Amino acid sequence: MKYIIAIIQPHRLDAVREALTPIGVQGLTVSEVRGFGRQKGQTEIYRGAEYKTHYVPKVKIEIAANNDIADAIVEAIGTAARTGHIGDGKVFVLDLEGAMRVRTSEMGADAL
Amino acid sequence: MIDAGNTAWLITATALVLFMTLPGLALFYGGLVRAENLLSVLMQCFSITALVSVLWLIAGYSLTFSGDGDFLGNLDKAMLFGVARDAADANGLPESVFFMFQMTFAIITPALMIGAFAERMRFGAVMLFSALWLFLVYVPVAHWIWGGGWLADRGILDFAGGLVVHLTAGISALVLAIMIGPRAGFPDEVTPPHAPWMTMAGACMLWVGWFGFNAGSALSAGAGAGMAMTVTHLSAATATLVWIVIEWAKFGKPSMIGAVTGAIAGLATITPASGYVGPGAALVLGCAGGVICYVMVGVIKRRFRIDDSLDVFAVHGVGGAVGILLAAVFASATLGGVGYAEGQTMGGQFLVQLLGIAATLLWSLVASVIIAKVVQAACGLRVDAETEEQGLDLRIHGERGYNM
Repeated sequence: MKYIIAIIQPHRLDAVREALTPIGVQGLTVSEVRGFGRQKGQTEIYRGAEYKTHYVPKVKIEIAANNDIADAIVEAIGTAARTGHIGDGKVFVLDLEGAMRVRTSEMGADAL
Repeated sequence: MIDAGNTAWLITATALVLFMTLPGLALFYGGLVRAENLLSVLMQCFSITALVSVLWLIAGYSLTFSGDGDFLGNLDKAMLFGVARDAADANGLPESVFFMFQMTFAIITPALMIGAFAERMRFGAVMLFSALWLFLVYVPVAHWIWGGGWLADRGILDFAGGLVVHLTAGISALVLAIMIGPRAGFPDEVTPPHAPWMTMAGACMLWVGWFGFNAGSALSAGAGAGMAMTVTHLSAATATLVWIVIEWAKFGKPSMIGAVTGAIAGLATITPASGYVGPGAALVLGCAGGVICYVMVGVIKRRFRIDDSLDVFAVHGVGGAVGILLAAVFASATLGGVGYAEGQTMGGQFLVQLLGIAATLLWSLVASVIIAKVVQAACGLRVDAETEEQGLDLRIHGERGYNM
């Protein structure tokens, strides 16, 4: 099993969800987060004065998936979240040691 | 003889002007500060309203509007003592209504200064400063101009408070901003406005409330009030467009906060002239106020590095002064205005207006330096660094604007 964490532009979230459904993703978790990468924050202007924002709003998506669709998920996120501009985000893939469905106590891949 | 029409309009106007402070100005300022300081700004607006109301009854009203001293009124109407319930003035207004209408002006003027020291002044210091300032700056200047004092005798034109409200508050705000010092991190590392939408909502209430402020200052329900409302609205609209165009050209993005700030600049600018000029002049005043206030925001914040945090001087003080000067020009009957007093000329009126600006500026400056020194000695102006960093809401008021 793999655990996939994607940090993307907030406005690409719906496109990513639509791209993931056809390849068999049963569920995912989304949170609103802030951070910076090479983009190093952004500048906002109020009444002519510049304000540097060090952390930019992003969306974090977390997905637990079987090995067979992990690569497809990464590829789908990459395609759907990409705008070509700096700040598009990153995708991380981790090995997932275990899982349990709380309602039934099913373990491992059955729980996904 | 009480005039029902005039009385009805002035009661309405009184409600509109109070609405400018609560919640208009409170929300306008509240959106511009950090989330951790939202409640402190709302609380300061609310508390100043309560404090000034009581002080206005005790002595403020009487010292402003009773007696014909050159520099200050007397205490004959303190506590409204001896004022008959059904006594009517020349416009057929009960004195209770005039008292309340003028009270709302005395409330919003010190509240305007909150923008200069937002996010870093002690609550007790805000209260003490506002109380002293009411009696030492607002009351005398209002008496000079509206209470039959020496500037009134010289025929100064200040319809709804370019000097009495906006220049006094603007100058004193600048003094306080300098004396209390800039916010931590100013100018490069301050936090941007936490809720621009709230600023817009507040600005809209100010805009609407300003109809009561300016058209109410006619003190009657007639043609004067109607035209004052018309020019007020048009000046606000013009200055809004001016800020949009400037920001669009300069930054490529017309900002909402810029647009609503422009509206307030246009409203402050037309205020002293609103009873004397015509609709064409409103476009000129809105244009002038918009451009000059925009430039002054940059001059104060970036050239002089003064952290007048929410631009009280640049928007209100400068707008009010510009309006005072242009009132002398556009009051001319040939330019669509109401004309000058008998024997007065445009040049002569302009000199009277200049004198009014100089006197108001000097008095506000000297008096607020002294008041700030007294408050500093009595309880200290500024919160400690830790309180400033954590925000005034939790540390001073024990609550948070957002529990999420």
